[in-house]
Amino acid sequence: MQALLSLSTLFYLAAFVAVYASLRVVLQNNTVHALLYLVVSLLAVAVCFYLLGAPFAAGLEVIVYAGAILVLFVFAIMMFGLREDETRIAPKAGQVRYWLMPSLLALVLFIEMIYVITLEESKLSATATTIASKEVGALLYGPYLLAVELASFLLLAGLVAGYHFAKSFAGGGR
Amino acid sequence: MEIVPLSHVLIFACLLFVIGFVGVVVRKNTLFMLMCLEIMLNAVGVAFIGAGNVWQQADGQIMFILILTLAAAEVAVGLALLIRMQQRWQDLNIDKLSELKE
Repeated sequence: MQALLSLSTLFYLAAFVAVYASLRVVLQNNTVHALLYLVVSLLAVAVCFYLLGAPFAAGLEVIVYAGAILVLFVFAIMMFGLREDETRIAPKAGQVRYWLMPSLLALVLFIEMIYVITLEESKLSATATTIASKEVGALLYGPYLLAVELASFLLLAGLVAGYHFAKSFAGGGR
Repeated sequence: MEIVPLSHVLIFACLLFVIGFVGVVVRKNTLFMLMCLEIMLNAVGVAFIGAGNVWQQADGQIMFILILTLAAAEVAVGLALLIRMQQRWQDLNIDKLSELKE
């Protein structure tokens, strides 16, 4: 019973860390600091995945998200050579009206969503049962084989597009 | 052995998604908008993993893997476009892309 309590506490703690770090990403002025907060947020979400019984997804989150994608961001920042922190948060005095209304509407939808989620006292609850990666792999290469192929096409397209757009940086041909 | 109710997981996912959305709307730096898109995709992953755990199906994790590949491709293309943008305008302000209307 003691372990049960600590598991849920761990989940809420990791969720809080993730939300706080994401907020800092949005509010941060320095690019590299925001990137570090993004890493913290992704790692906290990985902890949540682990607690939700998805160790395979947690490992992928750390390796691919916090590893590969964030390294890509770091490379891009290096190439940009951001001398000045040209990161301005939009809310200057005259510009508030541009984003205030969309944010308010999104807030209304968010409150509605929370209301609907908490409305019915459903007894559904996440358990500590682990879904093994073997099961995921069997399903991935069984019924989802077509989706895997499509994902590989998507990655190939991303590779070609990235190469094509960034190529002229060195080659000189516009 | 129950950890948290499903509604709390979904609220967590919603909160992350809204934070990412507000970031995309508010920030003008394109790099920050890409980061906030990452946060949004991540929030969707949380919802999938939570639902997959509640119903004890591996499909949730498979959807998460597909979202992961989508995020990787999106970041690759997006950062390459940003490099071109930096070359051309020496700036990452999204408002620089509005010259079509002029």
